[in-house]
Amino acid sequence: MNVTWFFMLGAMLTAYTVLDGYDLGVGSLSLWIAKNDDERRLALNSIGPVWNGNEVWLLAAGGMLVVSFPRVYAAGFSGFYLALMLVLWLLILRGVSIEFRNQSRDPLWRALWDAGFWFGSILLAFLLGVALGNVVRGLPIGSDGYFQGTFALLLNPYSLLTGILTVVVLAWHGANYLRVKTEGALFERAVRWSRTLWWITVAMVIVVTVATFVVLSGTPHTFRVYPVAWVIPFFILVGLVWGFLSRGADRSAAAFRSSVLLIVALMLTAALTVFPNLLPSTTNPQYSLNIYNAASSPHALRVSLIANALGMIAVAVYHTYVHRVFHGKVKLEEGHY
Amino acid sequence: MNEAVFAHRIQFAFTVMFHYLFPILTMGLGFFIALFSTLHLLTKDKRYADAARFWAKIFAVNFALGVVTGIPLEFEFGTNWSRFSSFGGGVFGQTLPLEGVYAFFLESGFLGMFLAGEKRVGRTLHWISGLGVAAGSLLSGYFIVATNAWMQHPVGYEMDPSGAIHLKSFWAVLLNPYAIWQYAHTINGALLTAAFVIGGIGAFYLLSDRHREFGMLSVKTAVVAGVILSLTQLFPTGDLNGADVVRYQPVKLAAMEGLFDTVQGAPLAIVGMPDTDTGTLIDPIYIPDFLSFLAYGNFRATVAGLNSYSKDLWPPIELTYYCYHIMVGLGTLFIGQMLIGLFLLWRRKLYSSRWFLWTLMFAIPFPYIANEAGWLVSEVGRQPWLVYGLMRTPAGTSANVAAGETIFTLMGFAGIYAVLSILFLFLVARIINRGPQEDASARA
Ligand code: HDD
Ligand code: HEM
Ligand code: HEM
Repeated sequence: MNVTWFFMLGAMLTAYTVLDGYDLGVGSLSLWIAKNDDERRLALNSIGPVWNGNEVWLLAAGGMLVVSFPRVYAAGFSGFYLALMLVLWLLILRGVSIEFRNQSRDPLWRALWDAGFWFGSILLAFLLGVALGNVVRGLPIGSDGYFQGTFALLLNPYSLLTGILTVVVLAWHGANYLRVKTEGALFERAVRWSRTLWWITVAMVIVVTVATFVVLSGTPHTFRVYPVAWVIPFFILVGLVWGFLSRGADRSAAAFRSSVLLIVALMLTAALTVFPNLLPSTTNPQYSLNIYNAASSPHALRVSLIANALGMIAVAVYHTYVHRVFHGKVKLEEGHY
Repeated sequence: MNEAVFAHRIQFAFTVMFHYLFPILTMGLGFFIALFSTLHLLTKDKRYADAARFWAKIFAVNFALGVVTGIPLEFEFGTNWSRFSSFGGGVFGQTLPLEGVYAFFLESGFLGMFLAGEKRVGRTLHWISGLGVAAGSLLSGYFIVATNAWMQHPVGYEMDPSGAIHLKSFWAVLLNPYAIWQYAHTINGALLTAAFVIGGIGAFYLLSDRHREFGMLSVKTAVVAGVILSLTQLFPTGDLNGADVVRYQPVKLAAMEGLFDTVQGAPLAIVGMPDTDTGTLIDPIYIPDFLSFLAYGNFRATVAGLNSYSKDLWPPIELTYYCYHIMVGLGTLFIGQMLIGLFLLWRRKLYSSRWFLWTLMFAIPFPYIANEAGWLVSEVGRQPWLVYGLMRTPAGTSANVAAGETIFTLMGFAGIYAVLSILFLFLVARIINRGPQEDASARA
């Protein structure tokens, strides 16, 4: 049951990264890739009807963390206090930028929200990557199960690298998304960005992989005990190769799928690296919060798994449907943004 | 009370109260938009379509702010109330993710389709998505109220010898008796607020002699809905919500009513100022025996006063008392105002009674005040408990977050929310100024 919950949360966060990932990626690239007002509107319209739904995956994952592993939620969120507040403020900035830009045609007004959208997206991607890096690396959790995460502590070289990796991967993902959703000059620029970002992605994946072995001083537990687990990181490679093969302008759908695969493989690898911990302690391994000592009672886990899994099935069906309705290239006249 | 605890409480109170300004209208207006577009579908009357389109514009701006101010709250249980989450997460947390999974997905997905417009998704799907948005927001209201109800009246758990609590019954938590009337009253309050907003803006158009058709439809809708809703706000929803307070939180009741001494045949104080030092009401006007009747349905019943409880179980008396009286006082005024409106409608003088239209226009802020005051009653009146009878408020904060950190982030929220408020008012004023007839495509 606890293991199931671990993977349920992992799946939620992965879904979030894949889905909101392209929103963040489009945002991070928006200032460079979309040069005039029409192109910016196209870029926004490509994510407009879905970004809020995509963000709900993060909220739902947060809610599920409360019910399944309350001690992790409590320790993680209070420990990362200031960093999380920054994330919240950026989420506010980004949401408002997307929704308010179209409210006026004044160029200054639009320039303001363009900047907000870009800034919020790129910094969010970075901070989420930093958070993930710190979870993999471990936190100074004390015997009471809490820690205090100062900025000096959180912004260590390793997590800065994972932060950059996240920005790059999501930007690549976002470029691939725009390849699928747009036409004309915007499309061509997306193709070019996608190619460049592929190279940077490869470089960052290599750097972070090496860095991970260094900070964890060796192979993570799961991979030592269950060698089959190596299948997952192998898919990182598959994703990258597939991405390279799909660099041609006529292979945009495949390019998008390859970045989806890459993100899924990266997230699952990170999950397997920490498993069975959720928040490893660097003070003393015994203080780590893992899927057993941080969990709710078995009954609570069982009930909420059923309730949420049923809901998730409905969401998956219905999310696919929404994406289907907005399937295809975006057009200016049809959009709300 | 220590400074860190105070900072956590103020920050939470500020952010949740600011958030709540938006869902009120989301939930209320969502219903009316669905109503207008259904009426359009049934009668083919173009006025309903115009109305639905106009309110959808205001809805969109309002919704965006509801979303961005709601996200911090979901995190604050962990950032500011970590020991509370750690203690109760397995139980009260049952309803939290359900809100995301069952309600927010529904809402956000349908809203995308709804805003994309009829041209993009087709007429039927557009109508369905309008209903979906309304249903999603009403559902999300339930899950969050159920979470709050568990703090008011914890159920469905069992405690082990170490003092930790575990879930015993999911259904008991979900169908908490406290949640039922609290929800009915809250939603009713949201619908009532929307009716006032619709009526107030309609009155503004009539008074300034613009968009008369639309103004008349709006004022009429507001008066008809307002009469019903202002009455149901009092009875049954307010009354039965109060009955739950009597049953489960007698100290809160005494604080709400400013009742210090236990008496048989307790009077109801209409006005008066509580003095906690001497334990009396200053300058009171009473209706004899009426509180006993309201609380127990019997004029001679005994109602326990504050003095029969130890002082460390008292909530902040003044705030609870005044907020309660503000809410009920406003509720009474709303009933009166709407009855007058109905009378004018019946005499066919509604659209020409300028004085009444003025009152309607100026009434817009008051249902908001009543709603916020109501939440202050239920949350402040719950003190000193965070979870009633189980956990005191200071025991639930994040011990690893210093007062200084929270004060800093509180100032950050204050600044950001000040900017958001200005933006919101500016955008809504623009939409109102442009009026309902303007074609949607001109906005692009
Ligand atoms: C338009 C808003 C509005 C109006 C006019 C009223 N209320 Fe209310 N009231 C609310 C909006 C509200 C609310 C914001 O929705 C609350 C907060 C928590 C809740 O359940 O509803 C609330 C709380 C609340 C509580 C406290 C429940 C608790 O402590 O958990 C009581 C006893 C009442 N109400 C009773 C009344 C009565 C007898 C009214 C007479 C007219 C009334 N309310 C008018
Ligand atoms: C429905 C879901 C809600 C939940 C789960 C919730 C939860 C909480 C929590 C955890 C606290 C902090 C502990 C305390 O000081 O008592 C609190 C306090 C507070 N909440 Fe709520 N709340 C909810 C709704 C609301 C709403 C809608 C409002 C107002 C609009 C509100 C107003 C307040 C206020 C004013 C306080 C501070 C009380 C004080 O400091 O004395 N709450 N609530
Ligand atoms: C502490 C309490 C609360 C928390 C944690 C909370 C959380 C949230 C979150 C995260 C969102 C954004 C959802 C999205 O991205 O779509 C949201 C929006 C919403 N909330 Fe709250 N909320 C609280 C209080 C309330 C209360 C008391 C109500 C109503 C009774 C309410 C009703 C809504 C509704 C209807 C929405 C969607 C519409 C909108 O965004 O305006 N919330 N809330």
